[in-house]
Amino acid sequence: MNSLTGYRREAPGAHPPNTHPAYASSHKRAPLHEPIRLAHTLSEITGPGAGWEETRTAEADLTHRNGGEALGERIVVAGRVLDEDGRAVPHTLVEIWQANAAGRYDHPTDRHDAPLDPHFSGIGRVLTGADGTYRLMTVKPGAYPWRNHYNAWRPQHIHFSLFGPGFATRLITQMYFPGDPLLALDPIFNSVPDAKARARLIAAFAIDVTVPERALGYRFDIVLRGRDATPAGI
Amino acid sequence: MASGQTPSQTIGPFFGPALIRPGLEMMARPATRGEHLIIEGRVLDGDRAAVTDAMIEIWQANAEGRYDHPEDTQEKLLDAHFHGFGRTATDAAGRYRFQTIRPGPVPDRRATLQAPHINVAIFARGLLQRLATRIYFPDELLNATDPVLNSVPPARRGTLIASAGAGGTLHFDIVLQGDDETVFFDI
Repeated sequence: MNSLTGYRREAPGAHPPNTHPAYASSHKRAPLHEPIRLAHTLSEITGPGAGWEETRTAEADLTHRNGGEALGERIVVAGRVLDEDGRAVPHTLVEIWQANAAGRYDHPTDRHDAPLDPHFSGIGRVLTGADGTYRLMTVKPGAYPWRNHYNAWRPQHIHFSLFGPGFATRLITQMYFPGDPLLALDPIFNSVPDAKARARLIAAFAIDVTVPERALGYRFDIVLRGRDATPAGI
Repeated sequence: MASGQTPSQTIGPFFGPALIRPGLEMMARPATRGEHLIIEGRVLDGDRAAVTDAMIEIWQANAEGRYDHPEDTQEKLLDAHFHGFGRTATDAAGRYRFQTIRPGPVPDRRATLQAPHINVAIFARGLLQRLATRIYFPDELLNATDPVLNSVPPARRGTLIASAGAGGTLHFDIVLQGDDETVFFDI
């Protein structure tokens, strides 16, 4: 049989509980039963990886579309995808989506009264390199209102989707920007119980990522689950 | 250097154009080995209302019971015409549909054979973390000895077993909340 090593369980408070009363959409969707703990088998240790989809270099640059340049403040978002032991997660797919600079998604159900930008789709994809690094060029997304509560506004954010090596390492998250006053008011950001864990969702301004005459740089490292210390084949 | 995991956040309602592409739900090609089948169902909330903005991903072994992944080193054949990953979104009625094959059994960590199953991840607005469940097959003898099914209270076990419909179609509803809530796993 295989001598398999599972993935580490998260530290308490590192991930948001699905039941979070301040987030109205969770009220009828969050399960009420506790999930049943499952010891990792091949089913959870293996996963789809990145080979199921091809990525093109152009998909890492969101600032051009339909023959024109996207409006807004150009930014570079770069970082590494790592596991909890600091090991690079190589060749893994990073998919992103975001609102445009005016705070509007190019999506049929986004009814926010802000302009669409014909030169910006808000969709990007990139594979991490052998050292786990990735780099995206985009524009800074705008904040936008939503109807969670009176005068609710989402902080500026970029959605990130990652796979990592296994079905159990799958992660969808959001990247926020430093100094955003809306963070303190946002029930989604604040759904993460631990303040240190919450801080890991905020990118850092980085002058070394900044491209002179072109775009401000932000560093955003993403940490996926590490491996268990003991093999699963016991 | 050790560091903490990046927390999960909701997928929100606007993922479709970025993540969903036609064909990702068609996992089996004509040349794929095994019993071809359709799996379809609905995603329902605590009021039994359709969840029309969920993303469903599935991951499964091939007909031999081998995952297309370097850490599956079982001496079973890979199938060049089957990877085992599918992704789709629910439609305006909360429905989803995959075209795939019945997977073979794979061992658990003690080398006990698990019953054939499909691993499912559910993402949606309102879910701050992805939910994980499994689809098991009706009329499968190995279900009786499957270690994961047996870890579930008997009264709730049925939520993990698809029902057989006409023409090789299997039906599997995912109920996010309530008395007949689907069993979700902490993986």
